[in-house]
Amino acid sequence: MARLNVNGETREFEASDDTPLLWALRDDLKLTGSKYGCGVGLCGACTVHVDGKAVRSCQTTLGDVGAAEVTTIEGLDAEGNHPVQVAWRDLSVPQCGFCQSGQIMQAAALLTENPKPSDQEILDGMSGNVCRCGCYQRIVEAVRLASTGS
Amino acid sequence: MLHYLKSFDAGIAETLVVRPVSRRAFLGGSAAVFALGVFATRGDAFPTWETGATGMPHGLVDDPLVFVSIDSDGTVTLVAHRSEMGTGSRTSLPMVMADEMEANWDMVKIVQAPGDEPKYGNQDTDGSRSLRHHIQAARKIGGSVRTMMQRAAAAQWEIDPAEVRVENHACYSSKGNVLSFGELAEAAMAQPVPTHEEIAYKTEDQFRYIGKGEVQITDLHDITTGHAVYGADVSLPGMKVAMAIRPPVLGGKVVSYDAAAALALPGVVGVYPLPEWNAPAKFAPLGGLAIVADNTWTAIKARDLITVEWDHGPHASYSTGPYMEEMKATAEQKGNVLRGKGDTDGALSSAAARFAQTYTQDHMAHIPMEPPAALASFADGKLEIWAPVQSPYTTRTDTAAALGLEPDAVTVNVTLLGGGFGRKSKADYVTEAALLSREVGAPVRMQWSREDDVRHSFYHTASAERIEVGMDDSGAVTAWRHNSVAPTILSTFAPDPGYQFPVESGMGQIDVPFDIANISCENGQAMAHTRIGWFRAVSNIPRAWAIGSFVGELAAEKGQDQLTTWLELLGAPRTFDPAAEGLAEGFWNYGEPYAEFPIQTARHINVLKMAAEAIGYGKELPAGEGIGLAVHRSFVSYVACAAHVKVLEDGTITVPEMHMAIDCGFAANPERIRSQMEGATIMGMTVALHSGITYQDGAPQQSNFYDYDVVRSSNFPGKVVTHIAPNGFDVHATGVGEPGVPPVPPAIANAIFEATGQRKRHLPMGTSV
Repeated sequence: MARLNVNGETREFEASDDTPLLWALRDDLKLTGSKYGCGVGLCGACTVHVDGKAVRSCQTTLGDVGAAEVTTIEGLDAEGNHPVQVAWRDLSVPQCGFCQSGQIMQAAALLTENPKPSDQEILDGMSGNVCRCGCYQRIVEAVRLASTGS
Repeated sequence: MLHYLKSFDAGIAETLVVRPVSRRAFLGGSAAVFALGVFATRGDAFPTWETGATGMPHGLVDDPLVFVSIDSDGTVTLVAHRSEMGTGSRTSLPMVMADEMEANWDMVKIVQAPGDEPKYGNQDTDGSRSLRHHIQAARKIGGSVRTMMQRAAAAQWEIDPAEVRVENHACYSSKGNVLSFGELAEAAMAQPVPTHEEIAYKTEDQFRYIGKGEVQITDLHDITTGHAVYGADVSLPGMKVAMAIRPPVLGGKVVSYDAAAALALPGVVGVYPLPEWNAPAKFAPLGGLAIVADNTWTAIKARDLITVEWDHGPHASYSTGPYMEEMKATAEQKGNVLRGKGDTDGALSSAAARFAQTYTQDHMAHIPMEPPAALASFADGKLEIWAPVQSPYTTRTDTAAALGLEPDAVTVNVTLLGGGFGRKSKADYVTEAALLSREVGAPVRMQWSREDDVRHSFYHTASAERIEVGMDDSGAVTAWRHNSVAPTILSTFAPDPGYQFPVESGMGQIDVPFDIANISCENGQAMAHTRIGWFRAVSNIPRAWAIGSFVGELAAEKGQDQLTTWLELLGAPRTFDPAAEGLAEGFWNYGEPYAEFPIQTARHINVLKMAAEAIGYGKELPAGEGIGLAVHRSFVSYVACAAHVKVLEDGTITVPEMHMAIDCGFAANPERIRSQMEGATIMGMTVALHSGITYQDGAPQQSNFYDYDVVRSSNFPGKVVTHIAPNGFDVHATGVGEPGVPPVPPAIANAIFEATGQRKRHLPMGTSV
C-alpha cells in the first residue's frame, strides 16, 4: 500500500515503492494533467512540485517522495488562477497544449525560487521543458508577465 | 428540456463544460448594441469558389442540421469535425460559424465529432486544409441558422423576415420585440434550411470575430489547468495497459522469445504476438510482441524482461551512409523528366557558365510531445475507441478491417492531439489497441514509449536534390535542371515503384515558379527501406531547402545580394501558366483547382520583400552575423523567412531574430496564424540543426531526446515577428499549419553563409559551424 500527499490530500493505493510518481499520479490517482513525454527526464512534460520544487515525476519514485507534499497542475491553484496560469491565458501560449502542464509547473517553481528572474534566467530555467509546437517565445513572455506584470 | 435542431450521435465526446450564462445577462447585453444594422443583400457579400474539398473522400458537408444545435437556454453547440493538434482549427471554424450566425461566443459550446465522414464530410486533418476547405461551409452553416432564426421570429411576429434583425444571439423587430436564440430554437428547427442565395451574408466590416484574432482557443482554460483530455487520459473500468516490442528492422519477424520472467511479474496479464507486417502495409501494425498488464509501470517493467530473437528480414542492410551516396550519385544522372520546358540539355551545353550543387537530408521522425497512445474497448461485437488521430474515419475503417467488423460496429472518439505533424494520420497504434482489447477481453490502452515513437515512425523521406543552372554571358540564368531523388510515400500504400508520385513532385519541385526559359524537373529512382510517411510540409522541406540554399549560393557565385537573385529568378510578377511552363498535363496543386489557386509570383515577391524589409536586409552587421532569405509557396500559401543568424565564438549557431511574412489569402484568425508561424520557426530551426534519423543495419540509430534533440528555450529564434499580407475575403483563405516550415532551414543556411562563409548542404546541419 502506497500513501501519497498530493494536492493537499492523503491518498492511499496499491503500488510499489519503485513506481515512478508519474505513473502513480496518472494510473492510480487519475491525475492526468501530468504528461508522459519521454520517460527519461529530458522533456519536462511530467513536471510536478515536491515540497515546492519542480521535479520530473517520471524520474522520481514513490519511495523518493515519501511523505513530502506533491503538487500537480490540478492542484496548483484551486481556481486555476495561479499567476503563471493567468499569464499563460493572457498571452494565448498553448498550441496543442500537451506540454503546457509541465511548462506551467516549471515556471511556477522557478518564480517561487526567483520571483524576478532575468530573461537569461528564464531561458535557462525553462530549457528542460520541450515544446514541439514551438511556443517558446510566448512561454518566455508569459513567465516574464507572471513575474513582473508586464 | 433541450430543443436540438437535430440530435447528435450519442458517441460525441463532450470535452467542454458549458459556461453558465443567465438569460437575463445575454438579453441585457444585446440591448446595448442594438444598432448594428442589417446584413448585406443576398449573395453579394459572399461569392463562393470551388475548392478541392469536394474531391476529398466523402466530400464536403455544409448542412447546419449536422453541425449546429441550440438549447432552450441559448447554448449554441457547434461540432468541430477536424482534429485539434495545435493549429486552432477546433476553435477557428466554429468561430466563423458563430460570427455569421450572430451567436455570442460565450454562449458557444464546442463538441468534437467522432469519426463519421458519411455524416460530416472528410475529416482528414492534414494538408493545411481545415480553413482552406471549410471556411465557406462554416459561413454557410452560420448564415443558414441566422436565416432560420430570422424566419422563425418573423412567423411568430407575423412580419416579413426582412424586418427582423438578428444580432447578439437574439432577433429584434422594429417594434421592440425581442426573442432570444434559446426561445426560438424549437421554431427555427421547423424552418427549411435556406439555399446559399437565400442567405444575406455579412459584409466583412460586419464580422465580429472573423479576422480579428481576439477569440482564444476553446481549450485554453482546460489546457492551463491540466483538464484537457488527450489520448492517454481516457480510462475505463477494468482497463489494461499494453506496451510492445516491435521489430528493430522494418519487416522483421519474431523467431523466438522468452517471456517467462515477464509473465511471473504480478499484474502482467499476458504476452501476445502482434500480426506480422507485410509490405505494402498502409497503416497496419509492425508486428512483434505486446505486453498487457494492469498498469503502465508493470507493462514497462515486464517489457524489459522479455528477450526476443528476430529475423530482421529484407531491409537489414539499410544503412544511411552508403544509401545517401547512392542517392547523390543517382541525382547526378538524368532522371525521369516530369517537367520539360524548352531545351534544358541544349541550353546547359551552350551556357557560358554552369553551376551545380546537391542538397541532402536525413529521415526525420515527427516526435509529437504526446507519443502515440489509444484506448480501445471491444465487447459484444462492437469496438469503441478513444484516440488522438488526425484521420478518425480512416482509423474507423482500418480498425474495422483489422478486426473483421463492419465500420458501423466501430466508434472512434477523437481526443485532443498532443501534436500530430502527420504521424497521427496513421493509426497503427490504434489498431494495436483494438486487436489487444479483443484478445484479452477488456479495454486496453496501447501506450507507445518515446523510444517506440522515434524508432517506429512513418519517416519523412531522406533525399538528395541536385540543381544545376546554365547562365549566359551576363550571368542571367537560362537553364534549370533539378533532379529529386528520395524514397516515396507511395511505398507505404503500394508495391514500391522507387519513383515519386505527383503529390510529392508537386510539392515545390515541378512547380518551381522561376522565370527561366529552359527548365527540366526530373526524378531518379530510390527504393524505400523504412516506412515513409508525411511530416509537416512533406516534400516541401527538401525542395525549399535545395532551391532556397541554391539561390543563396547562386547569389554568391554571381556576386549579388540574395534579394536581387531571388527577384531576378522570380522575374516580373506573373500568373504561372502551367501549359506554357512545360506542364501540359497540369500538376498536383495541393488538390485545388488551379484556376482558383494559381501560382502568382507577385505574392512570392510581396512576402519576400516584406520579410527582407522588416529585418533590415542589407544593413551592416558585426562579424559572425548574417541575414538569410528564402521564400516558398506550399499548400497554396506563400511564406518568406528572413533569418538573422549570429554564430558564437565557440561556433554555436544562434538565431536572435526571425521575420516570417505570409500570404495565406484572407486571414480568418490572425492570432493563430501568428502562433503557427512562431511554431514553424522553432520546428524549422529544429529541422535545420537537429532532426536526423540515420540507419545502421536496417535500424534507426536514434531513440529519445538525448540523441534526437529539438530546439529548446536555451537556443531558439529569440524574436519572431509575423507579417500577414492583408487580403479581403475574396482572396481565398488557405491554410497555415505547414507552409511556415519549408523556408526556415534555407534562410538559416543562407544566413550562416553570410556570417561565416561556410555553406551547409546537409540537413540536419548540426548545432555549430
